[in-house]
Amino acid sequence: MTQTFTLDGKTVPFEDGQTIMQAATKAGVFIPHLCYHPEFKPHGSCKLCTVKVNGRQTASCTMRAMPGMVVESDTEEINAERRALTQMLFVEGNHFCPSCEKSGNCQLQATAYHLGMMSPHFDHFFPNRAVDASHPEVLLDFNRCILCSLCVRASRDVDGKNVFALSGRGIKTHLIVNAKSGRLGDTDFTLADKAAQVCPVGVILVKRKGFSVPIGERTYDKAPIAATVEGR
Amino acid sequence: MALKEMHPEAVAGIVDRVVSRWRRDPTCMVQILREIQEACDWIPPEAIDRLQATLGVPRTKIEGVAGFYSFFYLQPRGRYRVLFSDNVTDRMQGNMALMERLCGSLWVEPGKVSEDGLVSIDKTSCTGMCDQGPGMLVNNLAITRLSVERIDQIAELIRNEVPLLDWPAEFFAVEDNIRKADILLASSMQPGDALRAARERVPSDGLAASNMRSWREGLPSGLGGPAAMLDEIKRANLRGRGGAGFTTGLKWEACRNAPLKAGQQRFVVCNADEGEPGTFKDRVLLTSYADLVFEGMTVAAYAIGARRGFLYLRGEYRYLLEPLNVVLERRRKDNLLGTNIIGIPGGDFDIEIHLGAGAYVCGEESALIESLEGKRGTPRNRPPFPVTNGYLDQPTIVNNVETFAAAALIALNGGEWYAGIGTKHSAGTKILSVSGDCERPGIYEYPFGVSVRQVLEDCGAKDTQAVQVSGPSGICVAPAEFDRVIGFEDIPTAGAFTIFDNSRDMFEVARNYVHFFQHESCGFCTPCRVGTSLLKNLMDKLHNGCGSPYDFAEIEKLNQLLQSMSHCGLGHTACNPVLDTIEKFRPAYEKHMRQADFEPAFDLDRALAAARQMTGRDDPAAHIIKEEFGEDA
Repeated sequence: MTQTFTLDGKTVPFEDGQTIMQAATKAGVFIPHLCYHPEFKPHGSCKLCTVKVNGRQTASCTMRAMPGMVVESDTEEINAERRALTQMLFVEGNHFCPSCEKSGNCQLQATAYHLGMMSPHFDHFFPNRAVDASHPEVLLDFNRCILCSLCVRASRDVDGKNVFALSGRGIKTHLIVNAKSGRLGDTDFTLADKAAQVCPVGVILVKRKGFSVPIGERTYDKAPIAATVEGR
Repeated sequence: MALKEMHPEAVAGIVDRVVSRWRRDPTCMVQILREIQEACDWIPPEAIDRLQATLGVPRTKIEGVAGFYSFFYLQPRGRYRVLFSDNVTDRMQGNMALMERLCGSLWVEPGKVSEDGLVSIDKTSCTGMCDQGPGMLVNNLAITRLSVERIDQIAELIRNEVPLLDWPAEFFAVEDNIRKADILLASSMQPGDALRAARERVPSDGLAASNMRSWREGLPSGLGGPAAMLDEIKRANLRGRGGAGFTTGLKWEACRNAPLKAGQQRFVVCNADEGEPGTFKDRVLLTSYADLVFEGMTVAAYAIGARRGFLYLRGEYRYLLEPLNVVLERRRKDNLLGTNIIGIPGGDFDIEIHLGAGAYVCGEESALIESLEGKRGTPRNRPPFPVTNGYLDQPTIVNNVETFAAAALIALNGGEWYAGIGTKHSAGTKILSVSGDCERPGIYEYPFGVSVRQVLEDCGAKDTQAVQVSGPSGICVAPAEFDRVIGFEDIPTAGAFTIFDNSRDMFEVARNYVHFFQHESCGFCTPCRVGTSLLKNLMDKLHNGCGSPYDFAEIEKLNQLLQSMSHCGLGHTACNPVLDTIEKFRPAYEKHMRQADFEPAFDLDRALAAARQMTGRDDPAAHIIKEEFGEDA
């Protein structure tokens, strides 16, 4: 017997142990997310995937599906809150899409389009963050970090290297690199690492490849992010 | 360079000593880092090199943990590290002027290290000395009752590089200030009384006594005591004293019934991370009633079948570590801790003290457990809850200091006795930490159900404008509500009772609390990390006279977002002080608006402040339209 719950009125089947996000994705329903990645243990920090379960808000990437749950996701109220979170991420870092080589492949940008974000709304923080070009093959531009910790999890859980971690606290939380010098060039990081491929924004960038696919022909230029959901 | 230069080998020696004292156990990372810093004045890169090598923990993890806690320094700080407590009560007692005075006489800027590396001066969240403030920490040791004279003496002591141990003892004196005692504070219980009473209890037939599991799982004895003890706690209707008020009996029972996998055990954790600004009752309990607290923990261990316990003590109470360890040692000697406690076969339990390092969020139970495991204090995703998956993924109860003290009394006198005190929904007594504008600040113990008015009368408060009950995350009570009562059915509280008379600006009170939340947000989730900063900026905008009605709507919108989207209680409650004061003290906000309609947030003169500082100028020509700047300029 397959178990089911309802998601925006639609019946969604799930298997034991699956989260709401996993079941929804399988069923072809897109729930916006940034720190969630199907290959890694869910983190639940960006809160973009928040849904209402039986009237209470919770992150769908960490919440296990239960039979008979009534889940709301694509409502004006929740999307407005997701839009505000996206705006918060934009003003927290330094995101200038027109000059960013990740433009068109960036999940933050694509999510902002999906949610109909028309302006950053809040005052920009304009933080002072450095760029690390010490590695021969990879550039780190911390200006765009949204602290999703996907690179942390990839390096730790897949590569077995712990190249990245979060340090600091609160608004001063930041990504650090596993070297006394604090520079990526002094770590054992390589282009073959899983951590080199998971950044949803433009922090971890492969050098000399930035514009090999021209703007206009990139992932989210071709189809909006909601259309990229696995189950479609 | 006058910084304490340490040879890498000397650092390695210190690290090795500390690491072996903590059993080379990486889960003790917070304790290891704390002791390294106590020896080196900061955490130098060489220490991290050595830790990495001896513990086999990657550098990123060590720096990630060290970077999380306010009291750990990855950059050199002064040999004297002065932190002024910055609760709203410290503000009311003039801490800012005192800090300015100390900075001036030692030639150092707030937040910076003096050029000779001698001293650094900064602010910190409430140090729990509100009844005898203003307070400060020097190298994490608490100093109370700051005054101009005392500040000048401190400046002299630092300038002459007098070791902290040789500073006048009265600087470090912390009074209990017990003003009203009830069953708990007036208890004459002798160490061991409660445990012996618990041992004698037999399960009553009327109550389903969970199961007959004894202290040590699988021990073939017919001990009914643990189950009977649990029933007493349930009968007492005891609820958690940390503020949330979860039923203690249910928590203990869930932990006791949680299945154990091979090699696992149960844990008892006492939450002494008393970080809510304005709360200081746990300080007093641990100073003068430590036996009661430890006995309560042991009773809990007996009831749920735990063999290890932790006291997680906030870093601000570092000075209590040695005295508490003396109490633990005595209890071991008296067979109240250790093996076969008071002759119960298999009755094994011991308690270890872990210190926090300046992180309010660690008062949240799952963040506290993360910190106990030597990690960043980030609240976990729940479920699962600590009662099944707590410390090192094993069943764990986390209770407040006062809850354990009450449990000891219940073990001694029975649940029925306890349930008869207080109100129907709130059994027993509550200890209030009274501070602010009153004649007799200190500790007051009342049966639940006491009115705000009664407390105000007892402590000698006059012309009271408002009371903030349970700190920034609690509620702000206006005079019209002074007949409301303390209890879970009306005003629940962790114990803070901060009084503001008519001379206080309630907007500034709320702004101080907002700054607190922004400083203490752990940064894990987007809404709290960014939202508390946005909120702080909005409050500062109002403070600067640039607020508009639009900002009130923005504040309300942020509040809604924080409440619905945040990961833990810190985010959920961070807007409480603002919303409460806007609702009840709107004129205080409006006083800060120069225009009822709109005022540009960009202020050219303020923007030039950095340039003025760089050029060392503050003459009229360095200002633009100076006369239009009000009191805040």
